[in-house]
Amino acid sequence: MLAEFGLAALWLAAALAALQLLGGAMAVRDPDNALGAAVRPVAVVQGLLVAIAFAALVALFGQTDLSVKLVAENSHSAKPLIYKLAGTWGNHEGSMLLWVTVMGLAGGFVALVERRLPEATMRATLAGQAFVSLGFYGFLLFASNPFARLSPPPAEGQGLNPLLQDPGLAFHPPTLYLGYVGLSIAFSFAIGALVTREVGPAFARTMRPWVLGAWIFLTLGITAGSYWAYYDLGWGGWWFWDPVENASLMPWLAATALLHSCSVLAARNALRAWTVMLGVVAFSMSMIGTFLVRSGILTSVHAFAVDPRRGTFILALLAINIGSALVLFALRAATVTEGERFAVTSREGALVFNNVMLSSILGIVLIGTLYPLFTEAFGEKVSVGPPYFNPMTAIFVVPMLLVLAVGPLLRWRRDRLARVQLSLLPPLVVSAGALVAVLALGVRPGLPMVGLVLAPGLAVASMMPLRGRHLRRLPLAVWGMVVAHAGIAVALFGMACDSAFSTEKLVAAHIGDVVAVGPWQVTLSGIEPVAGANWTALEGELLVRYEGGDAIRMTPQARSFWAPPQNTTVSALHTRWNGQLYTVLGEETEDGRWQLRLWWKPFVPLIWGGGFLVALGGVLALAGRVLADLRRIVVRDKIAWRRLRQGRRA
Amino acid sequence: MKARVFAWLLLAALAAPVRADDTMPPAPYAYRQLADPRAEAKAEALMETLRCLVCQSQSIADSDAPIAGDMRNQVRLRIARGEDPEEIRAWLVQRYGDYVTYAPRMTRLTWPLFAAPLGLLALAAVLLRRRFTGGRAA
Repeated sequence: MLAEFGLAALWLAAALAALQLLGGAMAVRDPDNALGAAVRPVAVVQGLLVAIAFAALVALFGQTDLSVKLVAENSHSAKPLIYKLAGTWGNHEGSMLLWVTVMGLAGGFVALVERRLPEATMRATLAGQAFVSLGFYGFLLFASNPFARLSPPPAEGQGLNPLLQDPGLAFHPPTLYLGYVGLSIAFSFAIGALVTREVGPAFARTMRPWVLGAWIFLTLGITAGSYWAYYDLGWGGWWFWDPVENASLMPWLAATALLHSCSVLAARNALRAWTVMLGVVAFSMSMIGTFLVRSGILTSVHAFAVDPRRGTFILALLAINIGSALVLFALRAATVTEGERFAVTSREGALVFNNVMLSSILGIVLIGTLYPLFTEAFGEKVSVGPPYFNPMTAIFVVPMLLVLAVGPLLRWRRDRLARVQLSLLPPLVVSAGALVAVLALGVRPGLPMVGLVLAPGLAVASMMPLRGRHLRRLPLAVWGMVVAHAGIAVALFGMACDSAFSTEKLVAAHIGDVVAVGPWQVTLSGIEPVAGANWTALEGELLVRYEGGDAIRMTPQARSFWAPPQNTTVSALHTRWNGQLYTVLGEETEDGRWQLRLWWKPFVPLIWGGGFLVALGGVLALAGRVLADLRRIVVRDKIAWRRLRQGRRA
Repeated sequence: MKARVFAWLLLAALAAPVRADDTMPPAPYAYRQLADPRAEAKAEALMETLRCLVCQSQSIADSDAPIAGDMRNQVRLRIARGEDPEEIRAWLVQRYGDYVTYAPRMTRLTWPLFAAPLGLLALAAVLLRRRFTGGRAA
């Protein structure tokens, strides 16, 4: 019953999306059309209905209703409740439903609160949002119905991949989706502004909080996903340039560029066409990412053939959405001038430079990710991995970081480097010091060395915009910028330290053996069997000492899940201020010893700490913008109220 | 109490065969490092750029698959014998195809991959030049 209810809600939501598109389109042709006034309320109700459909699916997973095909294929009654619920989006249909849910709710929210743009632009924007949503509704209803029944229902479900049964991963996909789909709002705003030819500072100011919000979620999602890969896969790597990872990195790169060009447009009425273009590109990258991940085309062209209808459907959606947006852009680009001019040495100049660098990095990641598909079409399988991505992206990352250090110090419009040279001195001194230290430590030349030298200087440089400012009166948005840029430096330092200073030890140890890794002494003191709700495990007990200090107990496990049957390792980590000890229990050897994998990774937590700082910077900037907007609304209302009263008195 | 311990031991024993049939022909260096740290570092650098053939997308340095263990063993043995890392890569490519290396070779089919950064640099230069010269004129 619940499944049919959910399906009905989904159909209704789809029908309302069609109405929203129709109303918006009519309103563009004729502003007085009666349907135009219905666009906002319809958008809100559409969002609510699709949310109800999603809630129904969550409930079905919560009660493990095995008569629903999706539940039977992806859940199991013995799973802990949190993973039953998380199982809702741990599969194709459920994650696509989550996608349209976020899209519907975001559209509804915009319809409810956004009052700054001309009404015609808003209606065109909501029509754009409905246009994209409709495609995904069609995809769900015709090619991947999440509510399909199974008759007769099986006695037990097939379970969820144990690798996904982890608290980090339970919330990683929804976070990323909020980011992916949040960018659809930027896309729709760009469409709306193009249709009504209203590309200006007001458009940028309206779009900015939405882009910021989506970007914060993307940043958090990528950071959390990277940490998950780090501790869950059990090999100590944190970024693999895996296509799925790249699929999340590409929208982030585009959103980062969009965020910055939005600021230029809002402050200086420059970069109009470029900002609109990035708005289209950012969401296109989200859709390409979804296509790559969801179609299964990534691992192999053959996986694509398992269900070619789905892949073809998403590909067609992608072509229609991106294609029509680009056609609209091409038609209107001539009427959207670039706006105000500026000199090379100016805040805008630096922002444009880094925008182009970010776009180039995006280009490299896109080409590197798609290229294996291309060669496979010619019958040759190749792999593109870190040896390609690291140096190729570095070509653009290094100049970008250098400009990042200088840009925030420059004035808008026109400036001279000589004016800011005093502020550049401390970062240069710090980087020179880092260079000496790195050479003294005997780090081999290479990218990690570049990172170790750049990061400390960049950290200092990112603080320099605070120099000579009244800290308590500084706008929150400036704090946000400082924190986010410092976060980049922190993360970079962590990455470089991990590559340059990690030590690894693989050993087969008897119980009682002591192993040294870096400054640590690790004793294998015992192996115990333990069990959880849907697994059993062998748990190693390690007593670890840092430079002969007190013993700390660590318990890595080798787990066996029974539904589906699969073995995984659960690593144990111990974090100190200066790094992380990473331990993994492997298999038993024939002579009764146990495989241990141990890593000492100096400063590695800074990678994710930096990621969170970047997101925190985004939160500060968003809070600053939203508070300023609210204050403006309050003041405006007060003035209107006072005028009204004076009018009455007079 | 005793019964519980026994139950766990039984469970562990049941789990053991699952783990045991993973063992292929003996590969002593699958999970063992070379004694010489410099040779080991060389081997690790190479292993991180070789792809596990059965995993989704992991290097052989990051994989628990038996074939990855076998390949790690091969890499370590050959490095210990003094072979050049690129020779070992070439040998593996000859054996398993281009798919095995994460460092794509420049071939008739892959040259655009290496031309891409140059193309992007040129494009970036054009974009920036146009904007800035336009700025000066205004």
